[in-house]
Amino acid sequence: MANQINIKKTRKLYINGKFPRSESERYIAWISSDNSETINIARASRKDFRDSVRCARGALTNWKNKTAYNRGQIIYRMAEMMESRKEQLIRELILGGAVKNIAKSEVETTIDYLVYYAGWADKYQQIFSCVNPVAQPFFSFTVPEPTGVVSVLCPNQLHLKYTVSVLSSIILSGNTAVLLYSEDNPLPALTLAEIIHTSDVPPGVINILTGKREELLEQFASHMDVNAVIYCGENQEEIKTIQKFSSVNVKRCHILKDRNLENTLNDGPYTILRTVEMKTTWHPVGI
Amino acid sequence: MNKLLKDQSKERWEYSPALESTDHIQLKEKYDLFINGEFCPSESEKYFETINPANEKVIAQVAYASNKDVIRAVSSAKNSYNKYWSKLKPSERGKYIFRIARLIADRAREFAVIETIDGGKPIRESKQVDVPLAAAHFFYYAGWSDKLQFAFHGKTHNPLGVAGQIIPWNFPLLMAAWKIAPALAAGNTVVLKPAETTPLTAMKLAEVIQEADLPPGTVNIIPGDGETGKNLVQNPEINKIAFTGSTEIGKFIQSSLAGSSVKYTLELGGKAANIIFRDAPIDQSVEGIVNSIFFNQGHVCCAGSRLFIQEGIEGEIIDKLKYRMESLILGDPLDKNTDIGAINSKAQLERIDHYVRIGQEEGGKIFQSSCSIPDKGYWFPPTLFTEVSQSHKIVQKEIFGPVLAIQTFRTPKEVINKANNTPYGLSGGIWTDKGSKIFKISKEIQAGVVWANTFNKFDPSSPFGGYKESGIGREGGLQGLLPYVSLD
Repeated sequence: MANQINIKKTRKLYINGKFPRSESERYIAWISSDNSETINIARASRKDFRDSVRCARGALTNWKNKTAYNRGQIIYRMAEMMESRKEQLIRELILGGAVKNIAKSEVETTIDYLVYYAGWADKYQQIFSCVNPVAQPFFSFTVPEPTGVVSVLCPNQLHLKYTVSVLSSIILSGNTAVLLYSEDNPLPALTLAEIIHTSDVPPGVINILTGKREELLEQFASHMDVNAVIYCGENQEEIKTIQKFSSVNVKRCHILKDRNLENTLNDGPYTILRTVEMKTTWHPVGI
Repeated sequence: MNKLLKDQSKERWEYSPALESTDHIQLKEKYDLFINGEFCPSESEKYFETINPANEKVIAQVAYASNKDVIRAVSSAKNSYNKYWSKLKPSERGKYIFRIARLIADRAREFAVIETIDGGKPIRESKQVDVPLAAAHFFYYAGWSDKLQFAFHGKTHNPLGVAGQIIPWNFPLLMAAWKIAPALAAGNTVVLKPAETTPLTAMKLAEVIQEADLPPGTVNIIPGDGETGKNLVQNPEINKIAFTGSTEIGKFIQSSLAGSSVKYTLELGGKAANIIFRDAPIDQSVEGIVNSIFFNQGHVCCAGSRLFIQEGIEGEIIDKLKYRMESLILGDPLDKNTDIGAINSKAQLERIDHYVRIGQEEGGKIFQSSCSIPDKGYWFPPTLFTEVSQSHKIVQKEIFGPVLAIQTFRTPKEVINKANNTPYGLSGGIWTDKGSKIFKISKEIQAGVVWANTFNKFDPSSPFGGYKESGIGREGGLQGLLPYVSLD
């Protein structure tokens, strides 16, 4: 008997807790850095993006109304699940061109980030909230709330680590997200989705697309039901496009260059401020 | 038939005029630009008239800042930033800002009268709200100057450089204070463009800044129109733009800054929902509605222009509201008894008229206070619409006038859906005696400021700003410093 035949995984999208192919039925034939493997990756369309946004919007109320403690536990659960899939992720990073040590260290740091951000979920509020000493008989206080649906164009460099750190900083406060994973290195996208899928993250809270950035860039910024867009990268033309189209609905727009991403730990909870809104509430004080 | 209204015609009180005196104020016939610590004519040699909207008389000629003037102002701000302001010890920087606060308070009456003459708002409001809050803003932020390291734990902060600031005509002095005070405290220098129809208190503020002896160029004030604002936004030497105004212009600014590294904050339009539950204290709610929509003739971005009343009490609330509207005194803004002053400009009056006409055409039922309207000036009576729904223009569009659109609702879920069904998210109101309901509903309203059992309250220590298309960033409080620093 010959060895058992290897079952290859079909690389699909992750939308609303399901793993569909692109509605466009397109794919990209991705070749590993050592030319040893060709893998077909789903190539998301604009319609896939719109569908994802609709699901992210639908998931928002439930997610933001969960307790912060619960959201922290779910993100911690993602760390647990990633730990158990460490070898798989390392293998995928190596296929993408990383040397073994670097790949291992990236996956380990990514797990650390998940643990780090899990801890922020029920703490950042106390750092950024305040009671305002107003000069009238009123109780006035200010607390952060999630901005809403956030679209993310993920980085190409150290993509697993930085995608996960940006993603964690977004969802921990109750936002939902639609990601376009690195076009150059799409393999970990599906593994990440599988980790998310088995971590009690409700369907629709995180949606992960793979495909071509140039096809989706404008839509990530211009969609009227997206509240914030985060762009990771250095391409000036792309940055300008993102900034321009985000004005159609006064979208919060954040450009994260490599040095911003490297600074993640030093930024601590300030990364969370990108996708929260401060709400001030007033009430009279009296008998 | 509304019994309250019927009775009211018998018992209406007449008030004798109680005019605020104007003899102590100093107004020049001509105001020049304030650049580099001095008043100087515009390079364009152009002047425009600013008029009193209550009698259409010209108050003064004001220099119009051309692009050359913008360039001059920005370079003087940059020069001051490099030479003086960024080199100053933070505690000393604070002392200059404290001086401004004190000098505004000294001249409070003068500021109030000019604000009322130039903008049309009742003297009671300019005296009790605009001017004291403006002074308080400078006082509050002055104290932050040497405490910034404690505002941003674990980070080092740096000023941005030159802040270009564009403000609207509804709270001219107060908006100048909201903009200038945190910018200076954080170590930036300023070029401020006041609104075309209300430049005078900003020019008086320039006098105060000169009197406070700030290093030349630290604050520059250059009146002008949209073109001036555009030139300021597009000036390559600017590091930060702070804008308060319409969502339409806000989007234009955001788009035109694409590709640059200029930081910006936008405080834009609103269409706030004011929600009255069945268990609300009725009389307080009615006062709250009046304050939410008729304060400053409704020229308030956070005005409660959409009223939602829970079914069962709409009859009582609307009757009492109409009664209260009939007792509002519309007239000379300088009269201390006046509740409703003049509409800020002819253009704004036309805009309000336009929307009210559409409201009627679309089938809304209108009620207006029967107050008499002066012959001269721009006026609009307190107005409410019933029998309107979510799809009506007057429910969707920001009118920026004393026009209230009333709808009813049955369940909290329904009213939350309706309240949030707008691209705006600046403010909201809730009226109920039940504490748990306040926390639930205030959390669900997508807006930057929520007033519970009150409305239109402001304080320098209290952050203000919008969700969604109502803007980006906060003004006031510790959060109001963040837009004026970069963190490392």
